[in-house]
Amino acid sequence: MTTTEPPFLEIKNLSIGFSANEKVIPAVRNVSLTLNKGETLAIVGESGSGKSATALAITRLLASPPAVYQGGQILFNGVDLLALPEKELRAYRGGRIAYVFQEASTSLNPVYTIRSQMAEMLRLHRPEVHNIDAEIIRWLEMVGITNPKERLKAYPHQLSGGMQQRVMIAMALSAQPDLLIADEPTTALDVTIQAQILAQLRKLEKELGMTMILITHNLAIIRGLAHQVAVMHHGSIVEYGPTEEVLQHPQHPYTKALLACIPRLDEHRRRLSTIEKELQ
Amino acid sequence: MLSFILRRLGLSIILLFLISFISFFIITLTPGSPYPWGEMNPKISPEVKAAFRKKFHLDLPLYQQYEMMLHDLFTGELRSMKDDLPVMKKITDRLPATLALNIMAILFSLSFGTLLGLYGALYRGNWKDMSLSFLSFLFIALPGFWISYLLVLTLVKYVGIPILGTQSYGIEFPNHLTLWLDRLWHLMLPAIVLSLAGIATQSRYLRSSMIETLRENYILTARAKGLSPTVVLYQHALRNSLRPLITGIGMLLPSLISGSVIIETIFAYPGMGQLGYQAVLERDYPILITLNMIVATMVLLGNLFSDLLYALVDPRVRLE
Amino acid sequence: MNLESPSQQLWKRFCKNKVGVWALVIIIFLTLIAAATLLLSWLGLPWPMNPNTTDLSQKLLPPSQLHWLGTDHLGRDVFSRMLHGAPISLTVGFTTVLVSLSIGVVIGSIAGYCGGKVDQCLMRLVDAFLCFPTFFLILTAVALLGPSLINIVVVIGLVSWTETARLVRGEFLTLREAEYVHAATILGQDSLKIITRHILPNAAAVILITAVLGIPEAILAEAGLSFLGFGVQPPQATWGNIIADGKTYLLEAWWLILFPGFAIFITALAFYLVGDSLREAGEKK
Repeated sequence: MTTTEPPFLEIKNLSIGFSANEKVIPAVRNVSLTLNKGETLAIVGESGSGKSATALAITRLLASPPAVYQGGQILFNGVDLLALPEKELRAYRGGRIAYVFQEASTSLNPVYTIRSQMAEMLRLHRPEVHNIDAEIIRWLEMVGITNPKERLKAYPHQLSGGMQQRVMIAMALSAQPDLLIADEPTTALDVTIQAQILAQLRKLEKELGMTMILITHNLAIIRGLAHQVAVMHHGSIVEYGPTEEVLQHPQHPYTKALLACIPRLDEHRRRLSTIEKELQ
Repeated sequence: MLSFILRRLGLSIILLFLISFISFFIITLTPGSPYPWGEMNPKISPEVKAAFRKKFHLDLPLYQQYEMMLHDLFTGELRSMKDDLPVMKKITDRLPATLALNIMAILFSLSFGTLLGLYGALYRGNWKDMSLSFLSFLFIALPGFWISYLLVLTLVKYVGIPILGTQSYGIEFPNHLTLWLDRLWHLMLPAIVLSLAGIATQSRYLRSSMIETLRENYILTARAKGLSPTVVLYQHALRNSLRPLITGIGMLLPSLISGSVIIETIFAYPGMGQLGYQAVLERDYPILITLNMIVATMVLLGNLFSDLLYALVDPRVRLE
Repeated sequence: MNLESPSQQLWKRFCKNKVGVWALVIIIFLTLIAAATLLLSWLGLPWPMNPNTTDLSQKLLPPSQLHWLGTDHLGRDVFSRMLHGAPISLTVGFTTVLVSLSIGVVIGSIAGYCGGKVDQCLMRLVDAFLCFPTFFLILTAVALLGPSLINIVVVIGLVSWTETARLVRGEFLTLREAEYVHAATILGQDSLKIITRHILPNAAAVILITAVLGIPEAILAEAGLSFLGFGVQPPQATWGNIIADGKTYLLEAWWLILFPGFAIFITALAFYLVGDSLREAGEKK
């Protein structure tokens, strides 16, 4: 056996709780995941299953309190991010691990222009860039924004929802991160815009070889983008494996139920399935 | 923008009429004699009384009195019933002192209020926030005259520092600088007492607005970018929480003027509040009405200014 | 299943905040003392002393075992005078709020329910009132009308209804669009019934909170008036006029300033804290 490089991202036995009224309510229980460079991992699960908490925990973005990091490790290229001092961690946030959030309309600061919000990112993580405007325009073009030059001076509320999400993605990518974490990037958008954003992500995956973590409950995203799928339920990973395998042969009753909720064209059903609350 | 300002000025004029109407009728409809020498004074002949009534239009029906009052108000011919001096002169004599006091109090309210509110929001829920909250209610509940007297008592009796009036008397000031410093010192204490309630309300407003902002998604975005907590707080959160601070500029004024009636009396500070109190004691109607109108105008202009400022801070606000 | 009524929930959440509960205890304690003082002096047994008995040989005495909080310039017992001032302050607080609340609720309801032109006119009226230096207006009116308990209550009430009106209007604008109000309208219920049955009960929490926060404002305003000589008139003792009488003797008799002012301060503070705690309890959903 030879000494190999540490895995790109390795989450080991991560447990997180939220303190409320002097009790700690578990949100993430003993989660372990591994992600290799260039791969895309999808984390699926219903709301409250702990998938977003896991994603935010990677750079300790969950505000503490109320969040309590109860245990485990998050090794990014061998560095334990959970043990890193806040100041060093900030270089990872945005710079090496960038985020795109669910609602672009509320995720951009309403009182600053697109240019100033994107320039902030560049100045922070890519001080070598001199022509900031040109760089911003390049990234805006990359995510398919027409007339990027005119958008520089625009405020977020002057853009459509799809545009705002593209700006978010462009901003995240402009720092040239090693890992992109997208938390339900299309949920808040119209179906047609969803498709466009997906196509955009797929293009980025191919062209840039981007490593991604996608939080979603959209099967189309999983099928089209993910190499691996982790299914979360009540804070734990209940199923984890290559996408094809999980989708073809779901083992866990929750995964089966989740898949059964998807209407299929080759099937005639009178009612759509729902996931029973009692299902454990 | 221009049409907004014009429309607001138009509305302000309507409001000013309403205000002049309310103050005129409150003052004239209440029973009591307007004569500076009292109703029953036997030394005053009926002719003198009649002349007085004629001079101040008291012999006319109410609506004409109101008309004359408005006319005199805008032409600046209104005279004090007490000493027959032009009202405008009496008020403008007091204006600089009042402006200095109120501007200082507004500055204190806004700056300390913002600071306290900011820290309350940052440490929300823990003991620091709770004590700040408690402190702000302490400030609101403090009767201004009580705390002023306690201050005067301790400072004058036990420490022996001159604080009353606008400057120390019986001292030769070697130069202008020391004179101004002495005046500033005399301004400080009344301004602080006057601003306590303002500090408290500002900090309450800013705290809740800040807490709301800190829950916003763009704050998470800013943190996820790797910005330092200071930048997140002062550049991303504060600017979105400025509304109460900006509206405060106009809205603090009425309560400050109210407070200065008492504070100026105690600190022997010759401002408009003191003048107003004198006018109340002497039933000097023209002064009372003019004072109300001047304060109302200042408030309306302050509100217009703060709306314009707010549009400058938040691009989503459209002036319509 | 949560079967508690909204008011039970509000009470339960209110009880969780210790500061608010303590403040409420203080208010109840003060009210009991005020009631007991009134009852005893009504029975002809003023306790601990008659607040109006003057004794010039006993004037301006510092706090002692006999006179717990000292005596004033006429040799009257300050502690007794303060006890007799308590009912005045509390009466002013509670009754003024009744006046301002009734005006505020009526105007706010009309503005919020009718909307349109009516709303606009009423809100301009509110705007006009907000431009006045409130205390100065109160002072002017009370000075001109003549200071008496009833005048003070009516004037403060007439001037301070604007906040209630604005809040009630705001609640109405939201509640007017609620499904159950639409349902009642479709069923043909008349406006008055819709307002009193369906909207007002749901705005009750907001009204209660402004009411509680209005009490200390009134108490402080009355104290200020008393201090300037336009409060409830002597020989009736009020917290404000003990200080007003004492200001001449500021440098000799600090107890004439310190204790009554502290009473005003604590009372106002207690009401503010209860009001704020209620507001917080009402906010958490």
